[in-house]
Amino acid sequence: MGRRIAKSPTATVTKMNYTGAALLIKLLERQGVTHLPGIPGGAILPFYDALHDSHITHILARHEQGAGFIAQGIARATGHAAVCVATSGPGATNLLTAIADARLDSVPIVAITGQVPQSLIGTDAFQEVDTYGLTVPITKHNFLVRDVAELPEIVPLAFTLAESNRPGPVLIDVPKDVQTASIAIAEDALPAPGGRTTSPTCPNTQIDELLTLLTFSRRPVLYLGGGVIASNASGQARELARRLGAPVVCTLNALGSVAATDPHFMGMLGMHGTRATHSILDEADVLLAIGARFDDRATGKAAEFCPRATIAHIDIDRAEIGKIKIPFLGLQGDAAEILNRLLARFPENGTCAFAPARSDWLARASALFAAHPLHHPTCEAEPLHPVNLCRFLAETLPADSIVTTDVGQHQMWVAQAWPFREPRTFLTSGGLGTMGFGLPAAIGASLAAPGRRVVCVSGDGSLLMNIQELATLAELGLPVAILVFNNAQLGLVRQQQELFFNRRFTASRFGTRPDFSALAQAFGVRGQRVAVNSRDPLAEIADALTCPGPCLIDIPIHEAANVLPMVPPGAANRQTIEYHHLVTA
Amino acid sequence: MSSIILELRVRNHPGTMSHITGLFSRRAFNLEAIRCSPVGAGSESRLFLLVNNTPRLEQIEHHLVKLHDVLAIQQRHDLTETFFHIADTDSVVHLPVE
Repeated sequence: MGRRIAKSPTATVTKMNYTGAALLIKLLERQGVTHLPGIPGGAILPFYDALHDSHITHILARHEQGAGFIAQGIARATGHAAVCVATSGPGATNLLTAIADARLDSVPIVAITGQVPQSLIGTDAFQEVDTYGLTVPITKHNFLVRDVAELPEIVPLAFTLAESNRPGPVLIDVPKDVQTASIAIAEDALPAPGGRTTSPTCPNTQIDELLTLLTFSRRPVLYLGGGVIASNASGQARELARRLGAPVVCTLNALGSVAATDPHFMGMLGMHGTRATHSILDEADVLLAIGARFDDRATGKAAEFCPRATIAHIDIDRAEIGKIKIPFLGLQGDAAEILNRLLARFPENGTCAFAPARSDWLARASALFAAHPLHHPTCEAEPLHPVNLCRFLAETLPADSIVTTDVGQHQMWVAQAWPFREPRTFLTSGGLGTMGFGLPAAIGASLAAPGRRVVCVSGDGSLLMNIQELATLAELGLPVAILVFNNAQLGLVRQQQELFFNRRFTASRFGTRPDFSALAQAFGVRGQRVAVNSRDPLAEIADALTCPGPCLIDIPIHEAANVLPMVPPGAANRQTIEYHHLVTA
Repeated sequence: MSSIILELRVRNHPGTMSHITGLFSRRAFNLEAIRCSPVGAGSESRLFLLVNNTPRLEQIEHHLVKLHDVLAIQQRHDLTETFFHIADTDSVVHLPVE
């Protein structure tokens, strides 16, 4: 890869000759990149040639969107930036969805794309698109490398930007002539690898104000978002809930930050949250939002969200504070860092005057939680009802399993019913809600967490969107189990049409039912289908899951099953539709 | 509607303008006038924007600050719209007559 051009007593000051491609690989190796999902093509071939000599393991996906989501799976499982690579033109455009998805869920990825030579840029050359222009709105930042000498600065900076403050995707577009250009550079002239920097943080006076607010609260609620997990602040959040005696609600992306078995945990709030969560949020006098962005799926009609509460908002992104609800206190900074300072000031035992009131409040929250469980038939009556299925799977699988989902009814059932206990065990597309996320994300998670079982719960609609990644899975032989909740429909669309469009079902039912078990086997993945009239379907599924390696299990779900409760889009959370609203007398 | 002038110090490279104008266009927030020129050796530029002074502007300013290419931002209450004035006689572009 390099050729000495000058002798020197120290190896590191000797200038080595690199091509741009070789230098790029070297910089990625220095970043600690071990796995690189991608697909080669003309404009990125020099990069792939240099990759041939690298210890980085390339993962050949079957669609660039799959490569992008594999990188996301790695990043979501580890918390560190992951890389994906694609060629110019269609390779780059195929990556866009995965990049936009990473932007909305604040996932750190670095996407590297090949580009036509600079002399051809702007000429509608073969496989040319304006990748830089296309990715401006969906990245934290992007780069078009115009000279090979820019690479040593750009690559570490890309990782720093991806991982620092609010994480997100960064794109590096590398013209082919930059990949083939030469540069002589010494090892010790290369800048240090990039990574997460210390974020700016709020002054102590604000922590003191927050402490006062919490100390004098009678009915506080902790509203936790994905930022708690990004900050690795789960421990601090749990401890705060315990010391404060406050019930906790989680967004979709915060599930697992507080264990489902924790006595303070009330469940997911929002569109598919239970009546219990809506009630305590309606009654709360203090709402402490941590790493959450008051997304409409969580708040419902914002004007009616937490109407009695004084709001305090901890967030690393200043732009989120006051975006939807104006808080009484806005604390900009890293969640773990702020909570550490808060806890250091917080009395261990509840000796303050308001502790008894909060004790009553927590008891009320627990009573509400018990009074408003998810509605579902018993396991004996309908073992394959999705709520029963999720709970059974959680009990059957190893405790440290990672679950990914696609998007739709199955995703909401998992969010409602699966008792997640640790952060980074539930990987799902929240902000963009991308069907096709689940399988490649599971592949990425499995690569990042060797030895752990990974489960992809998917729907028959979603799974087809990146079905080609079954080939990638077969090739890698990873212990990923794909569980298809199969109702031959776009279930959540069908549900919305039933509830809000007068049962006018359009384009929500599939006319054909692929045999997913046979499909998996055709790709070289073990597959089986659970029959509708199976005598003991759960035992069959448990049995199938004991075999190592990848597998697909096709599970029939009742086509009329609805995810409830459901808040109509645009309505206040308290207007949620529950099961008893739909059952006619 | 009242206007306000923002002064930005930015990195000077082809993509910077796309990032900044994109922030405004994707919020359907009109940029009334723009004046930009390089500073010193040319690695940085000074950028002046004439925008509507509405409550939404604060959000946009927070997003501008987050951009890697934006180094600093300041409201310029000492300047007026005349800062952007281009006399009609300076323009030589004539729209084609139908």
